[in-house]
Amino acid sequence: MKSEVKSILMAGVGGQGVLRASDILCQVMMDSGLDVKKSEVHGMAQRGGCVTSHVRYGQKVHSPLAKKGDVEILLAFEKLETLRYLDYLKPGGIVIINDEEMNPPSVNLGAAAYPETVVPIVRERFPSVIVVNAPELADRAGNRRAVNTVLLGVLSKYLKIEEQQWEKGIRDSFPPKTVDANIKAFHLGRGI
Amino acid sequence: MTASRKNGAAGKRLMSGNEAIARGAYECGVRFGSGYPGTPSTEIMEEFARYEGVYAEWSPNEKVALEVGIGAALAGARALVTMKHVGVNVAADPLFTVSYTGTNGALVIVSADDPSLHSSQNEQDNRNYAKFAKIPMLEPADSEEARQFIKIAFEMSERFDTPVFLRSVTRLSHSKAVVTPEDPVPVEDRTAININAAKYVMVPFNARVRRVEVEKRMNALREFAETFPENRMEINDPEVGIITAGMCYHYAKAAFRDYSYLKLGMVYPLPVGMIREFARKVKKIYVLEEMDPFFEEQIKALGISVIGKEIFPYTGEFDPGIVQTAISGTKPESISCPVDIPPRPPNLCPGCPHRGLFHVLSRLKTFVTGDIGCYTLSFMKPLEGLHSCICMGASIGMAHGMSKALGEKGRGKIVGVIGDSTFLHSGITPLLNLAYNKGDAVIVICDNRTTAMTGMQEHPGTGYTLQGEKTKPVDLKALITALGIDSVRVVDPYDLKVTRAVLKEELDRPGPSVVISQRACVLFKREAKAARKPLRVNPDKCIGCRSCIGLGCPPIAWRNFSELPPEQVKKNAKKQDGMAVIDGTLCNGCTVCQQLCKVGAIVEED
Ligand SMILES: Cc1ncc(C[n+]2csc(CCOP(=O)(O)OP(=O)(O)O)c2C)c(N)n1
Repeated sequence: MKSEVKSILMAGVGGQGVLRASDILCQVMMDSGLDVKKSEVHGMAQRGGCVTSHVRYGQKVHSPLAKKGDVEILLAFEKLETLRYLDYLKPGGIVIINDEEMNPPSVNLGAAAYPETVVPIVRERFPSVIVVNAPELADRAGNRRAVNTVLLGVLSKYLKIEEQQWEKGIRDSFPPKTVDANIKAFHLGRGI
Repeated sequence: MTASRKNGAAGKRLMSGNEAIARGAYECGVRFGSGYPGTPSTEIMEEFARYEGVYAEWSPNEKVALEVGIGAALAGARALVTMKHVGVNVAADPLFTVSYTGTNGALVIVSADDPSLHSSQNEQDNRNYAKFAKIPMLEPADSEEARQFIKIAFEMSERFDTPVFLRSVTRLSHSKAVVTPEDPVPVEDRTAININAAKYVMVPFNARVRRVEVEKRMNALREFAETFPENRMEINDPEVGIITAGMCYHYAKAAFRDYSYLKLGMVYPLPVGMIREFARKVKKIYVLEEMDPFFEEQIKALGISVIGKEIFPYTGEFDPGIVQTAISGTKPESISCPVDIPPRPPNLCPGCPHRGLFHVLSRLKTFVTGDIGCYTLSFMKPLEGLHSCICMGASIGMAHGMSKALGEKGRGKIVGVIGDSTFLHSGITPLLNLAYNKGDAVIVICDNRTTAMTGMQEHPGTGYTLQGEKTKPVDLKALITALGIDSVRVVDPYDLKVTRAVLKEELDRPGPSVVISQRACVLFKREAKAARKPLRVNPDKCIGCRSCIGLGCPPIAWRNFSELPPEQVKKNAKKQDGMAVIDGTLCNGCTVCQQLCKVGAIVEED
């Protein structure tokens, strides 16, 4: 049987840990016996620009890039970025939004406004929208930078992957000092 | 850096295309590598350098890197040379003639192309170099193929005594997929001094003989291509066939699983017989390739009718959606966003030393010929401090040409700006020219102590090699003086007053001069200074003059009074309509904005 290939799109801003999160996700999927490919563009990404990572998984994956209208889950690390990639989502797809705003340059200059209605726009168009205050949960876990693991925790609720696999993936990806906070952050995300 | 990569096979792993190229090279016994960083190629050499027993270097530019590789190959080694697509332009001179001499050992050049210009100044299709320089080229489609193809490339180089290209694209270099590494083969030392002037001294007399050898080799390679197992036919639906290579193969397979395929692992020379056979087996043929109609033109020249660029774009990267839309004419259903989304271009980091310099430059009313590096980003609003960018090293030659063409009109108005890595890459000869031919421009070297744009690589000014050994850094001042520049001054770009004064003095004085704007990149850990306190705006003092906003620093934002709750509105000047705020979590206290604030409203956080 030819099983379907599915896609997840992560989007955020340089420095938010998008690439680390998608690395962990891929590792966990591979360890669970799936074929997986991921794709990202970096280079200029560190300089505060948009960062995206496509993750595609299934029995046999060809393209590391998803096509528009084909993504099951959009995981937005920054609120505005949700809108930028909305057209990648399948009708009926799941949207997870980190409720954090980072001003693009034109907003800082006062030349453009940060759209106020991101969440309502998304809610009007998609049935499952989860808004999470990841920085607050990361703080609670003891590491403000663990926003990405909080969001992985939220994402994990929608994927059929064993909890131990996730924990192993996180443990293998962070320096020993921050592992505990990241595991905690993951569970806080998973628990919402 | 110590050798830290696992050497044994140790099961399946996720690897980027770049990691897989390094892995494959290591597995097949390559222990010599040279390159110059450039997205998307950089991680190949960084990764290769981590394997045990390997010699790997960042050369100052791609031409040198290739010549280093040629030398190693002539001594019998297997040499890996890596660069981004435009790097091959820099290395083109040795490239075209090493095709004549052949390689003795083995020489593989990795060219990483960048369809869609994700981080490049152009979108050239380097398959054309293979044809132009008569060098065979392989193109893997995923990480596992990258690991295998680099090995085949080395075997081919030895077998046919030719340099071989391995082509990557951004999407291969920077995507990850499952790879099954193998154990490395035992390394044989085949190096020796071998003198063979007829083969390696390319004077006309010898080169004419080698020229004929090149054509013989091309014929042998054409024959090899016909039975090369990585040129692969998949006959499914006989109605439609797709001839393609590399990542495009996977885009097409994702969209049209059941069509027939001719997947070319070798993109030059083409397997003509195989293409004819494919054309006999399928009815309608599409040629699917990003950028130039490289296959299409060659296949059409065979008299085979195919569909190509009349439906597929000439520009930009493809994806399964683009391929599907072009072939089937239907767009996937998707929901688009109903509001305007402010763009989020890359920006100079908070505390970036380039920011202060370009703020000063933009206020000096000069033409700034620019170069490539992080500082190029200062062309954008609000800094607008740089007015041209062509290729690495162009700033200095252009400043010279402009000053000569303008004569008196350009007096005191021409500045060339170049980064430290870029200066050592290709700025030395144009600076020599500026001095020798008596140009009249001020050249600013933005010395942030590293190659920042591509992720902090070493260069001859940093004092460390790629593999982490200490070495003697070039003395920039002494070098510039030796080139014939009498006035060389060093400024700290965090100090706006001095930077402005020195630049003005140098612009006022006729003749060439150099100002070194020196301060380490804020992201560069090795040279990190003690953290400074973040700054904040005192709302009781801010007069809304927007001076600090003009820096375009990410933590500094403008707040219109009309959008603030009344209790937060503090008017300190008559026509004030808003105020600046600083996000303390992003600010790193460089004080540049503080120096611009005339009313002392910017203060340290308590
Ligand atoms: C021929 C060529 N090789 C490599 C590159 C990729 N590249 C762009 S800028 C740059 C170096 C930037 O370093 P530097 O000049 O020190 O400026 P910084 O980014 O540190 O400000 C590199 C390697 C290129 N564009 N062209």
